[in-house]
Amino acid sequence: MQAALEDFFRALRAADVRVSPAEAIDAHRTVDVVGFADRELFRDALCATLAKTADEVTRFESVFDTFFDRRSEAPSPQAPPEGQGDPMEGLPPEAQESDLARMLMAGDGAALAQAMEAAAERAEVSRIRLSTQRARLSRRLLEEMGLSEIERILAAARRLGGPGEAGAERLEAARKALAAQAAAYVERQHELYASGSGKRLREEMLARKALNAEGGIDPVDQAMMQALVKRMAKRLADRYSRRRNVAWTGHLDVRRTLRKSMGYGGMPFDIVFKTKKVDKPSIVAICDVSKSVAAAAQFLLTFLYSLNEVVDRLEAFAFSGRMISVNGVLDDHPVETAIFEVLKQIGFQQTDYGKSLEDFADQHMDRIDRHTTVIILGDARSNYANPRLDILATIQKRSRAVIWLNPEPESYWSQGDSVMNRYERFCHVAKTCNTLEQLERIIDDVLRTYIPH
Amino acid sequence: MTSSAEAAFDAAQSPHFASIDALVSGLAEVGYIASRRIATSLYMAVRLQKPILVEGTAGVGKTELALCTAALLGLPLIRMQCYEGLDESKALYEWKYGKQLLYTQILKDRMGVALADAPDMDAAMDRLHGMGDLFFSEPFLEPRPLMKALQEREGCVLLIDEIDKSDEAFEAFLLEVLSAYQVSIPELGVLKAETPPIVFLTSNNVRDLGDALKRRCLHLHIPLPDAALEKKIVASRVPGIEARLTAQLVDFVQSLRGLDLRKSPSISETVDWARALILLNADALEGEVVRDTLNVLLKFEQDIVAVEPQIAELIRQAGA
Repeated sequence: MQAALEDFFRALRAADVRVSPAEAIDAHRTVDVVGFADRELFRDALCATLAKTADEVTRFESVFDTFFDRRSEAPSPQAPPEGQGDPMEGLPPEAQESDLARMLMAGDGAALAQAMEAAAERAEVSRIRLSTQRARLSRRLLEEMGLSEIERILAAARRLGGPGEAGAERLEAARKALAAQAAAYVERQHELYASGSGKRLREEMLARKALNAEGGIDPVDQAMMQALVKRMAKRLADRYSRRRNVAWTGHLDVRRTLRKSMGYGGMPFDIVFKTKKVDKPSIVAICDVSKSVAAAAQFLLTFLYSLNEVVDRLEAFAFSGRMISVNGVLDDHPVETAIFEVLKQIGFQQTDYGKSLEDFADQHMDRIDRHTTVIILGDARSNYANPRLDILATIQKRSRAVIWLNPEPESYWSQGDSVMNRYERFCHVAKTCNTLEQLERIIDDVLRTYIPH
Repeated sequence: MTSSAEAAFDAAQSPHFASIDALVSGLAEVGYIASRRIATSLYMAVRLQKPILVEGTAGVGKTELALCTAALLGLPLIRMQCYEGLDESKALYEWKYGKQLLYTQILKDRMGVALADAPDMDAAMDRLHGMGDLFFSEPFLEPRPLMKALQEREGCVLLIDEIDKSDEAFEAFLLEVLSAYQVSIPELGVLKAETPPIVFLTSNNVRDLGDALKRRCLHLHIPLPDAALEKKIVASRVPGIEARLTAQLVDFVQSLRGLDLRKSPSISETVDWARALILLNADALEGEVVRDTLNVLLKFEQDIVAVEPQIAELIRQAGA
């Protein structure tokens, strides 16, 4: 049973339930206590030891059902020919030596199931990763069970003719049924061990996919990427949300202790320890929403909005020809669709960085103080208009940090109408940001180092 | 290890922990109607000597489970409420600074006398070293909940409430306590529990807990109960309530949970509501009474406003 449990752990891991060696040991101890007899007890007890969140409990239950269902299900046995003495009748003498042939002809379901389990172990079916491996693995499974023997017997029986033909037909039918069972078996293994890995592979790929790719992002991917962005943001939020007021235990605050001791005639009754305050960043996001950058802007906004636990204040602005504040739009619409609303208002204008910065300077400059991190997302392609570097310089002076995210690779910067090299001088950080992975890393940097002057 | 193994034997040997069914009926006797899953988790926690992490929305009976376990086993309950900024000095122990200072002041003269005949500075220092430890000994130690729990010789139930509200640093500090049932105090050494307490941690999912902590605990998620279980709970918690009223009000609450509310009523609200209805001598749900007592069930103004127009319809469904 130990091997079965180990297989079960592997299936759980494939379904994203973390099972560490220590938990595996706990599970074995659990099984020692509760035994296998009561299926429900067995399941609940294992669930308590192995699944650690409500989410994992659901996944645990589905894996448990699939996995242990397979264990109890035997391939449906062939009805043995009724009223006949020897099921092997009519087959050539080689058949007597083949175990598999005898099992097939006798319709011994339990023995067949056992043989299939054993063969599956030899063929390493449970190592399945991709759906394309299914056909090859079913074939190997059948070979391990002794399919080649059966084929030899079939050929020999056909040569015999007469009674051999009838036997061969029955064997042929049994072989087909067996092949179907093997395919179903492999299918279930795939479901157990590999269905999750396909999705994970896809998510990894999406995290590295270029956001401003030609032709945009597939709507199917779009939903998956939105979910991915939210998860990334949640991960960061969890990491940074609880560090606002860390006590430095052991570091005496001499000044405040002395001050408090005044009331006791200089006796330090109240000991005060130093505390370190970690304040939350406040962010001003300025996004170019011209066609080439809109997709990236949408993900940046989703990301930032999902961070509300760790971000003190978030102000978002969008521009192409002119700049507008989009906080209102983002409050009224879900982030996923807000970008379309913004495009309705200011889309289809000619991008003008200088004008947009002017708008910002006129109306919103007071939003920036020394606690603010300004994140600008744009390709810095300003159609040869005046880039108004002086305004960016003012922003830089007033803010804590200016971070410029450019969806274009660095080699494209300052080619054609891009003025990135001129803007770059006024940014604390200027980075290429064209995939979700890069986006996550940069936001992580903002939260962690909280880039100082 | 031997002593702790023997001691744990006690709780596990209790007749209530002979089987899951015994545990379910034992808990029912002290007023906790447990589903089989809850009982299984508790059973495993005691058998494997592991802390149990209870999650679920507010009011599903997380804290109650710990209270009832303590009542069932006749053990004292030590409760520690977590909050942001909770640290070792509040959770584990603290030196009684004031007492230490007071004693040094009072004993100042005695010390002068004791040190007066020391021939030189070194000898005086040596004597002082001998005395110094006096002030860092048990009488000056103020034990806080965690240490109290470890010091209970007969064992106890330790409830660490709302662990998700504490800081990550505190969570890390708990690891030693939870896995080895011991704590290290720099001045005194390692303090190990003679009888490991039965530990409950509760969480409202304000934040995700660390993997290290989760790994050391058994996990129990208490969902909102189904109608049958909830009826049993109401009947057990509110003695003297009529079966018909119980059925009606539980159905009403269950259908409320299907609505899109900011905070769905959980078990504690159902029980409170049942008590309120008994006090008002209501023997069936009626529009008037429900409207007046809705604030027992729903805790947000928006929710009450949203539900009020539907009351008649909901009562009709509950009656059917």
